[in-house]
This record gives sequence, structure tokens and C-alpha cells, in this order.
Amino acid sequence: MHHTLTKEEIYTALDERHSPETQKLLSAGNVAIAGLGGLGSNVAYALARIGVGHLHLIDFDVVDITNLNRQQYFMEHIGMYKTDALKSLLLRINPYLDIRTDCVKVTDDNLQELFADATIVCEAFDNPEAKAMLVNGILEHFPEKKLVSATGMAGYGSSNTIITKRIMKNFYLCGDGVTAPTYGHGLMAPRVAICAAHEANMITRLILGEEEI
Amino acid sequence: MITVNGKEVTLTGPLSVADYLEQNNYQIKRIAVEMNGDILPKYSYSDTMLKDGDRLEVVSFVGGG
Repeated sequence: MHHTLTKEEIYTALDERHSPETQKLLSAGNVAIAGLGGLGSNVAYALARIGVGHLHLIDFDVVDITNLNRQQYFMEHIGMYKTDALKSLLLRINPYLDIRTDCVKVTDDNLQELFADATIVCEAFDNPEAKAMLVNGILEHFPEKKLVSATGMAGYGSSNTIITKRIMKNFYLCGDGVTAPTYGHGLMAPRVAICAAHEANMITRLILGEEEI
Repeated sequence: MITVNGKEVTLTGPLSVADYLEQNNYQIKRIAVEMNGDILPKYSYSDTMLKDGDRLEVVSFVGGG
């Protein structure tokens, strides 16, 4: 089949997999993803595939050759902004999603404006100071929003040390908590994807009304 | 006695959150601090004094994503 699926075809299939009741909630979901690297691109793929209806993709960077070891991009995307590359990929899965992009670096100054609309924020940055800045900013300015963040997923240590914790009422943290990239133990597709899947599943649970980890 | 990341800590004198974090070698730019269930904004670290029964959760972020 080479034609673009109709909206009805796609949503009939999603309803069949998820049930119409569940799909209605997923379709109404509104998630901002901050950082579109190994975590963010994988989270976005997972949420797009299950038809989370409103995605806001935020990243300032372009795709680099060293990203291909773990991020959901292809050779032809090298040099492209990640926002543009990822949006085009997600629309190949489901062209009826509402995808907003902002090619910008998140700072204390633009954070309140950027995240005003999302009900759930996914922290998916690489830089630890950027992670801390976003988490502090969201928890201070938007205590009512759900925040799913991640820390510690480098290397090829055990899969089973990556967990989801609930730090505060609306703040969830995924990862092993400690493993930063070091020589020979860099960021690698399998373990980063495990952590991204923890984030994506927690976000899915929140959209569907489950607040426990 | 206060609790930090689930462990009991005995205070020997008046101490601000900023002092505690510095003494324990936390990197201020890489952390988020929850105090008694709420986020503690960074601008409050210096003038928030720790008192008996306080519960702190200090989240340290490492690189990678």
C-alpha cells in the first residue's frame, strides 16, 4: 500500500488496537517534549505511534553524524534542524497529528511562554544543567503540570537499573540516576531507548489517568 | 534531625539549604531541591534555614539524553 492513509483508516486501526475510549484520551493528549535527541526522538516516536494528538517538539540543534547511534534520524537528516526532521518523520506515521515545533534553546526567560499550553512536559535534554534548569522552572512556574524527566542512561549497564520514580506529586524521574557518559560507556541506542520508553510509558499512563508509577 | 533523600541527618548548628548543599558538594546548577513536598526555588536556598523534621529530596542530574 503506497497511498497516504485516510484519517478514518488510521483512527479505525488505533481504535481497534487501543479501544475507542482509550484512543479518545490519547488523541486529546497534549505533550511538550524538550530536547529531541536519544530520549526525545524516541519518546516522540512512541507517542506519535499511539496517536497522542498534540505534540510540541522543542530543540535548537541540527542532526549530527554522532546522533545516528541512538537517535531516530537518518543520514539524509544530517544538518537539518531536529524539529523539522522529527516532525517530518512523525507525520509519516500519522499525518493527522497536531505537531508544533519551536527551534529554540529553552532558557529561564522563554520557559513560561514555551510551556504554557502543554499539560505534560517531557524533559529530554542531554546537558545536566539544562535538565536542572527546565525541571526547576517547570516545577516553580507550572506546579499543576505533569513533568517527566530522566537522568542516568549512558553505557550498557543492566537494563534493570533503569526505573521510574515519583519524586513529587507531579514530578516523575526515569533512569538509573547516576550513569553519565564516560570513555567506552557513551550514550548507546539500547539503554537510552529503555529510558525513553520509561518516560513515554509514564506519559501514556498520565494521559490515561494513572498517576502511580 | 532532618531527612535528606530518605536518610536521617543530624544538624549540629543553624544551617541554610545553600550551606548544606555546599558542604555536601552538590553542584548547584545541576540539582533540583524538593523540601517538604514542594520545589524549593534556587533563589530561596540561601535564606531557607533547615529545621528539625524537614524532609529534603535533592535530585542531581547527570548528562545524557
